[in-house]
Amino acid sequence: MTVAAWTILALFGLAPFGALTARFPAGRVPIYGGSLILCAGLFYAGLTGLAGPTEHLILPLGLPWIGTHLRLDAVSGFFLVLTGMGGAGASLFAVGYTGHDAHPERVLAFYPAFLAAMALVVLADDAFTFLFAWESMSLTSWALVKAHHRQAGNAQAGFIYLIMATFSGLALLLTFGLLAGPAGGYSFDAMRASHPDLAVAAVVLVTALIGAGSKAGLVPLHVWLPLAHPAAPTHVSALMSGVMTKVAIYGFIRIVFDLLGPGQWWAGTVVLALGGLTAVLGVLHALMERDLKRLLAYSTVENIGIVFIGLGLALAFRATGFQAGAGLALTAALFHAFNHTLFKSLLFFGAGAVLKATGSGDLETLGGLIHRMPWTAFAFLAGCAAIAGLPPLNGFVSEWLTFQAMLLRPDLPQWGLKLIIPVDAAALALAAALAAACFVRAFGIAFLGRPRSEAAAQVRETDAWSIAAMLLFAMLCLAAGLVPGAVLDRIGPVAQALTGANMPRQMGDAWLTIVPVAASRSSYNGLLVFAFIAVSVLLTTTAVHWFGSRAIRRGPAWDCGFPDPSPATQYSAAGFAQPLRRVFGTVVFQSGETVDMPPPGDNRAAKIEQRIADPVWDWLYLPLGRGTIWVANRMNAVQFLTIRRYLGLVFITLIVLLMALTLWQ
Amino acid sequence: MTAAHGLSFDIAHMLAGGLVLVSFMMLYQDRLTALLHVLGLHAFVLSLSVAWQAHIQDAPGLYIAAGIALGFKAILVPQALRRMIFRMGLHREIETVGGIGLTMLAGIALVALSLRVMLPVTVHADPVAREDIALALSVVLIGLLTMVTRRNAISQVVGFMSLENGINLAATGARGMPLVVEISVAFSVLIAFIVIGVFLFRIRERFDTVDAVAIDSARGGQR
Repeated sequence: MTVAAWTILALFGLAPFGALTARFPAGRVPIYGGSLILCAGLFYAGLTGLAGPTEHLILPLGLPWIGTHLRLDAVSGFFLVLTGMGGAGASLFAVGYTGHDAHPERVLAFYPAFLAAMALVVLADDAFTFLFAWESMSLTSWALVKAHHRQAGNAQAGFIYLIMATFSGLALLLTFGLLAGPAGGYSFDAMRASHPDLAVAAVVLVTALIGAGSKAGLVPLHVWLPLAHPAAPTHVSALMSGVMTKVAIYGFIRIVFDLLGPGQWWAGTVVLALGGLTAVLGVLHALMERDLKRLLAYSTVENIGIVFIGLGLALAFRATGFQAGAGLALTAALFHAFNHTLFKSLLFFGAGAVLKATGSGDLETLGGLIHRMPWTAFAFLAGCAAIAGLPPLNGFVSEWLTFQAMLLRPDLPQWGLKLIIPVDAAALALAAALAAACFVRAFGIAFLGRPRSEAAAQVRETDAWSIAAMLLFAMLCLAAGLVPGAVLDRIGPVAQALTGANMPRQMGDAWLTIVPVAASRSSYNGLLVFAFIAVSVLLTTTAVHWFGSRAIRRGPAWDCGFPDPSPATQYSAAGFAQPLRRVFGTVVFQSGETVDMPPPGDNRAAKIEQRIADPVWDWLYLPLGRGTIWVANRMNAVQFLTIRRYLGLVFITLIVLLMALTLWQ
Repeated sequence: MTAAHGLSFDIAHMLAGGLVLVSFMMLYQDRLTALLHVLGLHAFVLSLSVAWQAHIQDAPGLYIAAGIALGFKAILVPQALRRMIFRMGLHREIETVGGIGLTMLAGIALVALSLRVMLPVTVHADPVAREDIALALSVVLIGLLTMVTRRNAISQVVGFMSLENGINLAATGARGMPLVVEISVAFSVLIAFIVIGVFLFRIRERFDTVDAVAIDSARGGQR
C-alpha cells in the first residue's frame, strides 16, 4: 500500500520534470524510464494487493479534515497490476518511439500524471478521491489527445472527448450522490454499509453504466473512443485502449458489484444486452475501417463488449444465487480485460511502428511490410492471433471461459435471462468470428502482398526499444495462453471478494489443464494445443519436403494472381471487407455502393462510391446536437433582458415553486 | 399557557403584521422621498420586533441585532439614500408604479400564498416562530414585488432593503438561531448598500440617469 501511494506521488512529481526535460533531445529518456520503473512499482504493489489482506491508508492531502482515503484490496490490486503492466510496456515503447517527436513537451508533462491518475482511481476509497482521480485521468488524457492538435480531425476528437468525459464525470457524481444518500457518507465503507432501495439501485445502475460505460466505450457511448484513441500519440493510444478502458471497467465493478450490494437479476439483463450490442457493433465498425489505429480503437469497443457480457452474466448469476457461475463469469471477464491490455497494447505498438515507418496508418497505402519489418510483423501477427481468439494464445482462453459461463445455466427461471443469454452467446460467437476476419484483413493488407505506396516500399524496421516492448507483450500473450492457470489463480481472490465464489485452483493440475467447473464438462490445455500445433506443423512440413518431388521443371511463369504489375490490383482493404459489409452493413449501417460507369467512348475512369452511416450518430447524437442548438437559439433572447425582467423571472419562478409546494401538499 | 404569554405572542404578531403592513405602504409610494420615509419606518418596526423577540426569548444578543437594525437600517441607510437622491436631483421625481390597485391585489395574493405555504409546513414548530416565518415570507415576497414593479434603480434598492428586513425577521423569530447569523445578515445589508451606492454613482456618471430603462437602452437591450 505504501509502495503504491509513494509510486503515485512520484509519478505526479515526475510530471513537472517532463515539462523541463522536454527541451533536451534526450529529455524523454528520464521521464519514460522513470515511468517504466514506477509502473513496475505499481505492478508489484498490485501483486501484493492480490495476495495479501486489504490495506487502508489515509493521506493528509486533499479536502481539509477529510484527507484522501486509499484502499488496496484484491480488486484494486488486480487493476493496479493491469495499470502497471500496460504502463510499463507503453513507457518502454515510448523510449524509442518518441525519438523524433516535434513537440515532446506536449506529451512528457502529462504522461506520468495520466499514469498516476489511473492508479489513483483504482486505489481511491472515498467518492471525492475517486472523482478527483477520475477527472484528472480525463483531463490529462485529453491533453494527450490534443498533443498533435494541428493535425486534421484531432481538435474535433479532443472536443468530443472532453464533452463525453464531462458527461461521464457528471453521471458518476450523481451515482455517488445517490449512493451516499441523505446522510452523505462519502467514504466507500459508508456506501457499502447502506443498502439503497430498489428504485435508487436502478438509477445507480443506469448512471454507473453511463459514467463508467462512456469511459470504457460501451455502445452507444463509444463515439469519442474511435476518434480520440487514434488521435493521441501511439504509446498514449495504447495506454488509453489498454489501460484506461480497464480503469473504467474497474469503476463499474467497484460501484455495481461492491458498493451497490446484491442486485436484481434484470440488472444483469441490461448489462448483457449492452455488452452484446457493443461487441457486435464494435467489430463491424472495425471490419470496415481503413485506418489502422482507428480499426484498433473500434476493436477495443468490441472487447469492452465481451468484458461487459462477462460482467452481466456475473451480475445475473449472483442475483439469482448461483455463486459459482458468477465467480466463473467474473473471472472470465477479468481475464479478458487482462488479455486485452496485453494484446491491444501490442497491436497499438505495432500500428505505431508502422505509422512511424510509413507516415500513414491508411491500410490502402500499406502492404508488404513483412519483408522490411520482420520483427514488427511477427509481433503484430502474434497480437492479431491473440485478439482473434486463436488457441494457444490468451484471447482464446478468456472467450472460451465466457462461453463456458454462458453454457452453465440454460435453465434459469427469469424470462429476461432466458432470452438474453442465448442471444448474447450468438453475439459473442459472431463477434469472435468477425474479429478473426477483421484481423486477417488488418494483418494481410498491411503486412502481406506488395507495397501499395512508395512510402511502404521504402520502410525500415523500427527501433530496438519498440521491438523489445512488442516482443515482451507477444511473449506475455503466449505465456498467458499456455499457462492461463497462473493468471486465473491470481484472479481468484477478486472473484471471491465480489461474488463469494471463485474457480477451483487451476495450477494444482500436473498438466496445467484449465477446468472451469468439472473435468467431466469441459477442460482446456493450452500446452497440449500448442504441442499439437507444433507437432502437426512439423510433421506436415517434413512430409511435404519428404514426399515432394525434387525434380526441377520448367514451365510458364505463374503470375500469383497478379497479372497486372501494379500493386493496386491486389486485394484491397475495402474489397476484403465488401462481402461482410454487404451482409451486415446494409441493415446496420445502411451502407450502399454506387458504380459510376462511363459510357463507351468516354475515357474517364469508372468510380465506385461507398456510403456508410453510423446509426449511433444519426439517431442519437446528431438529433441531440440539433436539439441543443434549437433550445440555445430560443433561449438566446433571455440574454438581453432588463434588470427588472430578470428580477421578474426570479420572482415568477419563486411564486411558481411556492404554488407547486402548496399544491403538492 | 399564561395570560402574559398570550400577550407576548400577540405583541410579537402585531409587530410582524405591522411590518407586512408597512411593506404594503411601500408598494404604492410613487415619490422617492416618501418611499425612503417608509423604508425607515419599515426598519424601525423591524427593530421593535427584534427587540421584542429578544425580550420574550431572553436572548440579550438580539438587542444588538435590534440596535443594528435601528441604527443602520432605520436611520443611516435611508439618510444616505436621501442625500444621494438630493445630490442626484431626483427628489422631485415621480415614477409610475403601474396600477396601484393591481399591485396591491398582487401583494395580498402573495401574503395569502405565503401563509398557505408556510403554515402547513411548520405545524410542529414553535407557534411564535411559525407565524413569524409566514409573515416574514410575505415581507420578502412583497419586497421582491417592489423591486419588480419599479423602474428607478434607487427604488429597486429600497425594495431590496425591505426584502432583507424580511429575512432578518425570519432569522430572529426562530429560537436558537446563532447570533452570528443575525449580525452577519444585518451587516450584509450594509455592505450591499455600500456596493450598490457606489455602483449607482458610477452608473450616473456614465449615463446621467439612474432610470433602469435608460440604462438598458444604452446597453442595446429591449424594454
